[in-house]
Amino acid sequence: MKVTVEVNGDTYERDVEARTLLVFFLRSLGLTGTNVGCDTTSCGACTVLLDGESVKSCTVLAVQADGRSITTIEGLSDGEELHPMQRAFREHHGLQCGYCTPGMVMAAVSLVTENPDLDEHQVREGLEGNLCRCTGYHNIVAAVLDAARSSREGAW
Amino acid sequence: MIPVLFDYVRPGSVDEAIGVLVEHGDEAKLLAGGHSLLPLMKLRLATPSVLVDIGRLSELSYVRDMGDHVAIGALTRHHDVHNDAVAVRDAPLLATVAGRIGDPQVRHRGTIGGSLAHADPASDLPGAVLALGGTLVARGPSGEREIPASEFFAGFLETVLAPDEVLVEIRVPKATGGHSYQKFVRRSQDWAIVGVAAARVNGHVGVSLVNVAATPVRAGAVEEALAGGAPASEAAELAADGLDPSGDNNATPEFRRHLARVLTKRALVEAGF
Repeated sequence: MKVTVEVNGDTYERDVEARTLLVFFLRSLGLTGTNVGCDTTSCGACTVLLDGESVKSCTVLAVQADGRSITTIEGLSDGEELHPMQRAFREHHGLQCGYCTPGMVMAAVSLVTENPDLDEHQVREGLEGNLCRCTGYHNIVAAVLDAARSSREGAW
Repeated sequence: MIPVLFDYVRPGSVDEAIGVLVEHGDEAKLLAGGHSLLPLMKLRLATPSVLVDIGRLSELSYVRDMGDHVAIGALTRHHDVHNDAVAVRDAPLLATVAGRIGDPQVRHRGTIGGSLAHADPASDLPGAVLALGGTLVARGPSGEREIPASEFFAGFLETVLAPDEVLVEIRVPKATGGHSYQKFVRRSQDWAIVGVAAARVNGHVGVSLVNVAATPVRAGAVEEALAGGAPASEAAELAADGLDPSGDNNATPEFRRHLARVLTKRALVEAGF
């Protein structure tokens, strides 16, 4: 069936099988920054924003995104200018192998957008849906706290 | 993992959805947030031939103060139940429990009606609605009917909903005292290995247990003991009476009975009973 989805500000019209998962739809557009990890709604590697809120795109059908707006990791930066969350992940070395990173960043953007006034415990709880198998959580949490601070200071 | 092929329809109203259900019977499944159904379809444990997407029916997304009770539309997302001012004030057990389901991404999609209709004995909201003595409203071709939560859950992943009925609303009496939800998990996003919900409703303490049977169950012996004036620690010792939980990778039956007692005590203490 035909779907029209806005992805990172561009409108895509595609004919898809109703069973097509959103993550595979996005990757078929060449947007392969969104990774498939566990494929069971657990790891969060496939996290994207649906109308601004984090969702696991392995558990959303492309037809459920019909007429709606998606942001993937490719849509965060403003040209060469990294999003403050991306910048914070780089500055704090909030990644090791990098596989969880796109989903981790998107989940963190949603978390801080909902509540920029976060303490460390709230960041750790707020990222409960994203697993880093390198166990590199320490620097990820530091990055999100730093980005939240920059959001409170109006840098976003 | 990819689901088997299915036809997809997106009705514009509840009545239209009921029409599709009448036409296709139990070949059709309702899709709300999809966070119970889609994982089963990806594993091909569920293979509906028609998927009826009611996820956009905003008429079923609300939390309303109805005087003596709170009415929640079946398509209200966990995220919204958790943050809604009326829910936080008048149905704090539900607001608390909704915030403990899965993780933020899951709570952005999953709905209260979807969770109840799916009736997984390990899921959190069914236990909470049971402890509160809630009422579920189902709409079918011949109109609406009210189903007490105590009669709603029929077995593992089974409810008394007919194939042509849509769960449209959940009603819970306003809370009049403390509440608590104790959820034992190994990772924060996991299903409860055992969960205990407790709340004071209309002067009576309701206690229910999650993931110790094929359905969520009321801890009747605990409630009776409390009503008879027993202290929390004594009442909680009765939490596993009559239970025959199954064992799995996470817990033996004995451990589940132990958790039922310990978590019930913690719940009663936290709720101030």
